[in-house]
Amino acid sequence: MHFRKLVCTAAAATLMASGVAHAETLTIATVNNGDMIRMQGLTDDFTAKTGHNVEWVTLEENVLRQRVTTDITTKGGAFDIMTIGMYETPIWGKNGWLVPLDDLSADYNAGDILPAMAGGLSHDGTLYAAPFYGESSMIMYRTDLMAKAGLEMPAAPSWNFIAKAAREMTDRDNDINGICLRGKAGWGEGGAFITAMSNSFGARWFDEGWNAQFDTREWSDTLNFFVNMMTDSGPAGYATNGFNENLSLFQQGKCGMWIDATVAASFVTNPKDSTVADKVGFALAPDNGMGVRSNWLWAWALAIPAGTQKEAAAKQFIEWATSNGYIELVASKEGWANVPPGARTSLYQNANYKDIPFAKMTLDSILSADPNNSTVDPSPYVGIQFAAIPEFAGIATEVSQEFSAAYAGQQSVEEALAKAQALTNDAMEAAGYR
Amino acid sequence: MARAVTTRRKAVTSVIAWTVATLIFFPILWIFVLSLKTEGDAIKTPLEILGSTWTLESYAVVQERSDYFKHFTNSVIVAVGSTLLGILVAVPAAWSMAFVPSKRTRGILMWMLSTKMLPAVGVLYPIYLLFIELGILDSRIGLVIVLMLINLPIIVWMLYTYFREIPAEILEAARMDGAGMRSELLYVLTPMAIPGIASTILLNVILAWNEAFWTLNLTAAKAAPLTAFIASYSSPEGLFYAKLSAASVMAIAPILVMGWFSQKQLVRGLTFGAVK
Amino acid sequence: MAPAVVLLLGWMLVPLVMTLYFSFKKYLPLRGGDLGWVGFENYVRFVSSSSFWPAVATTLIIVGGVLVITVLLGIALALLLDQPIWGQGVVRILVIAPFFVMPTVSGLVWKNMFMDPVNGFFAHLWRVFGAEPIQWLSHASMPSLVMIISWQWLPFATLILLTAIQSLDNEQLEAAEMDGARPLSRFWFVILPHLARAITVVILIQTIFLLSIFAEIFVTTAGAFGTKTLTYLIFQRVLESQNVGLGSAGGVYAIILANIVAVFLLRVVGKNLDA
Repeated sequence: MHFRKLVCTAAAATLMASGVAHAETLTIATVNNGDMIRMQGLTDDFTAKTGHNVEWVTLEENVLRQRVTTDITTKGGAFDIMTIGMYETPIWGKNGWLVPLDDLSADYNAGDILPAMAGGLSHDGTLYAAPFYGESSMIMYRTDLMAKAGLEMPAAPSWNFIAKAAREMTDRDNDINGICLRGKAGWGEGGAFITAMSNSFGARWFDEGWNAQFDTREWSDTLNFFVNMMTDSGPAGYATNGFNENLSLFQQGKCGMWIDATVAASFVTNPKDSTVADKVGFALAPDNGMGVRSNWLWAWALAIPAGTQKEAAAKQFIEWATSNGYIELVASKEGWANVPPGARTSLYQNANYKDIPFAKMTLDSILSADPNNSTVDPSPYVGIQFAAIPEFAGIATEVSQEFSAAYAGQQSVEEALAKAQALTNDAMEAAGYR
Repeated sequence: MARAVTTRRKAVTSVIAWTVATLIFFPILWIFVLSLKTEGDAIKTPLEILGSTWTLESYAVVQERSDYFKHFTNSVIVAVGSTLLGILVAVPAAWSMAFVPSKRTRGILMWMLSTKMLPAVGVLYPIYLLFIELGILDSRIGLVIVLMLINLPIIVWMLYTYFREIPAEILEAARMDGAGMRSELLYVLTPMAIPGIASTILLNVILAWNEAFWTLNLTAAKAAPLTAFIASYSSPEGLFYAKLSAASVMAIAPILVMGWFSQKQLVRGLTFGAVK
Repeated sequence: MAPAVVLLLGWMLVPLVMTLYFSFKKYLPLRGGDLGWVGFENYVRFVSSSSFWPAVATTLIIVGGVLVITVLLGIALALLLDQPIWGQGVVRILVIAPFFVMPTVSGLVWKNMFMDPVNGFFAHLWRVFGAEPIQWLSHASMPSLVMIISWQWLPFATLILLTAIQSLDNEQLEAAEMDGARPLSRFWFVILPHLARAITVVILIQTIFLLSIFAEIFVTTAGAFGTKTLTYLIFQRVLESQNVGLGSAGGVYAIILANIVAVFLLRVVGKNLDA
């Protein structure tokens, strides 16, 4: 017993010496995605290095959003670190609700963060959240089905090619759909996809006077193109398919193409879950010859709410979780294909990572996305698949519900657009933009 | 002979009753089956699922990922605590409504019940701010108070209907005998009210156990009950039927077991005054 | 009024007063919180939204649909369970089990394990018969929701109705039988009148819970495909659009709707309660 006490004291003394004032317990809110679950499993490494303990609050994405938003706006202080996205970070940073991450240690090398990610997670040039992983979107396609259809996927295809290829690949008798895309309601689900797609058709959410633009030809073109393509070659019931449903369909070999988050590449090429792991090719998200592609940009990032008592320990955690050291830790345990992607430049220069089949296309997709110039015509907002204003999440969820109802055949595309136009203008008026 | 039943008739009714009961219970049975399968097997066709190997793997993974017993303990404390506190507050009120009724008693009861229809989310921000002010965010005591408040109308109404069935003459008689207010409550009323109070407690434990708005929105790591535990398994990246099933079974099993053991009591008492 | 009742009413008033207070404010958490008084602006905006009347209609359809199903099936089940059967205890346990399941869990289970058009149980079942699986939550969203919610509340209705049937005097029934009353007329003239009060209670209690139903919608359709109830609309206003004032005004409308429904219920069925 005495001996144990002695060891403890000694250990504590060592910790003191290494610069840790005292052990804290951090409460971290995070989303239940695979990479975060993996991080939870590796928490012991952080505790061993710093002496701090971590309590996890892992929630489903929508619940997490409402939970952390309530807490940050009321300065509740229930969490020491929050997992947030590229949409929330600039808004919260602007309001002064987050601790600026401008004094991270030299070892951490903040300059290594991919510029597109750092840009999207900053307000006025100050970084407010450190990316845990980042993503764009790209085409994942079945090389065998493409060859069977006698087509070859260009590195940067157009929407017309995609629609044509989708029709050729469709084989309903064998349960193969040419293309699987998100139709599920929700701004982060189908809403994100159709918004990113609309950019390449020359559409935008708002003009410079914050007027809704759903009554324009560009939006009508986007939605009609999408609905026609999905009717001809999409899976039945695509109006309720989101990321998960499409992932499952693709892994079961039921999709010819799938345009979605670049992080999905590691799931569809993983032979453990995917029946088509060795037959997947990648290409840039399509465009329409108007100078803007239809890929988005997103990052799940870690941020510290202003006013926390445990700022120093929280920063230590962020440095640990988003560092190159963490990437190497995951690589040593789970292999390079499973490291959190899209956050750091050096990962894409790493010789070990270059062999990963989707590494290059992921990087190219991320590099081709620019949140500050996301639309063909000028727009007053920042963001590709969203507009970084507080009202957007609410409006876009309702708009995407109207769209999903059109996908399900419950109303026409024109009706959906008219309703979207009306409700967006209503909400923008209520918020005092117009 | 009038009410006697032939074995044949009993057999027919039994078959019908068992079929219907199995159909109603089937979803719960099915998640139990899925929870004992691997992820790969859990999305196959039902026949293939039944034929595949059985494993406890999902339960192990769920337990490793989230501390079940912490959430379980919180659920028990919050559900039982809020119910007992509610009974404590409601008994005097229901008692006086039942035995000293005024013209407005029924109106008040109805109005009280209608406040239960106030959407919780409407007062989320005020309550959240209040909790910060009082320093009871992410605490069990905070949850106990909130859940007590939202279930109070139901508790009062249930108790009121039970108390009203106690004949006033008995109280009169007790008073004649010189019993004070306290002994009246203790020796006369309580024994007669116990079945009613017991089933009120049971119903409210169930309601509090299953409450998923406040328990999720007012907690973080410390006081989070099983509703928060479930929220970490709903719609993750990818489809994980086996793990979702295992987590679901773990979340509902305790209350299911409690309900089963106490179902006689629940059936007897759950009348809301519907039976004269 | 007794002090205990006054205390209780005080408790009940707190959330109501809070809702009223915020409903007259421009309160936008993401834009700095309390931005001052705005009079009735929130009230006007809430009703003039194109989602308002459809939401009221959806709410009433869900409540009505679930009530009809649970009361009818509840009576049938109660009659069935009242018969002498083998293993009555076990059967009763199986029937009441859904009532103990958390609404979130029930929503998740139905959505994923049963109604999923690819991997769900129903999809497999439909394919066995060579039919195209139904897109439950998009093409039949309202029937699906009513079904899920009915499944959860059927045990409650059954329990109360069963208790009521069991309290029925056997002598009464025997007398009716002596008089040569057929089973149907026995049900119609003896059992049903006896159940009137229990049915009233079932309707009343369920209405209270059904009007504020939320979790089932949140995890299944998230308000898409015409399943947005008034409660869900308020949720969207408060948490998704982050407009607390507007949502609070919606809360006041919800109470008004609840009271209209309550008055209506009392008119139609409430006299049973006084008896």
